This record gives sequence, structure tokens and C-alpha cells, in this order.
Amino acid sequence: MRALFAFLAGGLFGVGLMLSGMTDTAKVQGWLDVLGAWDPTLAFVLGGAILPMLVAWRVAGKRPTAALGTPIPAKPAQIIDARLLAGATLFGIGWALVGLCPGPALAALSYNGGHGAVFVVAMVAGMLIWHILHLGGAMRGRPA
Amino acid sequence: MIPADWIFGLLGGLMIGAAAAMFLLVNGRIMGASGILGGVVDGSGRGNLDERFAFLAGLVGVPAVVALVWQAPQTNLTTDPLLLVVAGLLVGLGTRMGSGCTSGHGVCGISRFSKRGIVATLVYLAAGVIAMAVARHGLGVI
Repeated sequence: MRALFAFLAGGLFGVGLMLSGMTDTAKVQGWLDVLGAWDPTLAFVLGGAILPMLVAWRVAGKRPTAALGTPIPAKPAQIIDARLLAGATLFGIGWALVGLCPGPALAALSYNGGHGAVFVVAMVAGMLIWHILHLGGAMRGRPA
Repeated sequence: MIPADWIFGLLGGLMIGAAAAMFLLVNGRIMGASGILGGVVDGSGRGNLDERFAFLAGLVGVPAVVALVWQAPQTNLTTDPLLLVVAGLLVGLGTRMGSGCTSGHGVCGISRFSKRGIVATLVYLAAGVIAMAVARHGLGVI
């Protein structure tokens, strides 16, 4: 049951990304290109995506668990630290260079050809690099 | 007259939001693409791997079927291998370091009025705009 709804959510997310134009790297780069031919489409996508979620968070706030019994995720501690700022900065630079973020990179994996696969493999490698760096840092932080 | 692209953007956006709402209210999970994939990649999501794999299968597989039976949209993806590798590494590293991407911080975080989500979104947007200005209009590499 959990897997079925996870599959449906992933599928709806993917088709939404496809329909919205977010797998078109030219549109995403156009949104970031304020000095060039600026393309405001992404604002409509983000606005459209936030609307159902505003309702969902209100509904979620009124109940202790989700429909399948899992607790509604608690809001993480609202700490703005160097890790959050540096991570968002690196992500923003990578996003601009090619026009892909993780969701659209996966949604377009089937029709982006080999170049899309190269991006996804590099993205997975980047995630592993963070895991190794983070693990190393956490180990050094511990008393011997 | 409103450009068709904006209407498709809004409709697609509503679908993205509906997917996130369903994942939250049915599965009790935050729909963040980098978090769901990252938990598989580094093993931190081993407690709910089936759910993660099912989500990723839907995210990759359903658009694949739509592209096959209907049509694949234009992607205008660069063919420069160096750009693809550098950008992919930055996106993977940055989203895990910053604990989220456009879907997690942007869609799920902003709608929850999460300070972290809002700040992260403003920072990656600003970094993206500056990187675009430098790389396209300064260096001319993209």
C-alpha cells in the first residue's frame, strides 16, 4: 500500500514536471537569466505547486498521523547555518549551469538520452561525495 | 492573452503540488527529490527503501511511458560532457549538504512557512541568477 501510493506520487510528480516545462533546460535557464530573455514560467510552476501544499499542511496539522499511520514529519529545528547556505549556493550554481535539478533530471531520464544519464550519474556521485565528507567530519568530531 | 507556457506551467505545478500533498497526507513523507534519492544512495533511508524505490520508479517510469505513447517534450539539454559532470556534481553535493532542492525546500518548505526552506530557496535562486549572469553573459560558457 505504501509503495503503491509512493509510486503514484512519483508518477504524478514526474508528469507534472514534464507538463510544466521544467524538464526543458532552456526554460529553467531562461528563468535564471534575468540579464537575457527572462522566462517567468517557473514562477507559475512553483506557485501552482505551493497551492495544494498550503491546503495539505493545514489538513496535516489537524491530525497526528498520515492516512497509512506514519506520523506527520515534525518541522526540523529552524537553524540557518553555514551548511544550509553553502549547500544551497552550490546547488544553485549547478542548477544554472545545465538547467536541471534532481526532480526533472529523474523525470526526463528516459527522454534525455545519454547526456541526461551522465548528469544523473554525476549527481549521484556528488551525493556520495557529501556522504563521505560528512562522515569524515563526524568521525573527526568525536573524541578518540 | 496569457502565453500557453504559463498555463502549462501552472497546470503542471498543480500536479506537482497534488503529488506532494498526497505523499504527505497518505504516506506521511516529505516529497523532496534529492532527499528521497539521497537516502537510497548513501543508505540513510534503509528503513523505508521500498517506498523510496517505488517513488523513484514512478518518477522515472511514468514520464517514460507518457513520452513513449504521447511525445517527449523538448529538453534542450547541453551535450557538453564537462558542464554535465560539473553541474551534476554540484547539484548532488549541494542538495545533500543543504538538505533539499527545489521540491523539498521550495514546494514543501515554503508552503509550511519553514524558515530554512524559504532561506534555502532564496539562496539557491540568487546563486543561480548570479551563476547564469557570470557563465552566460560574463564568460560565455553556457
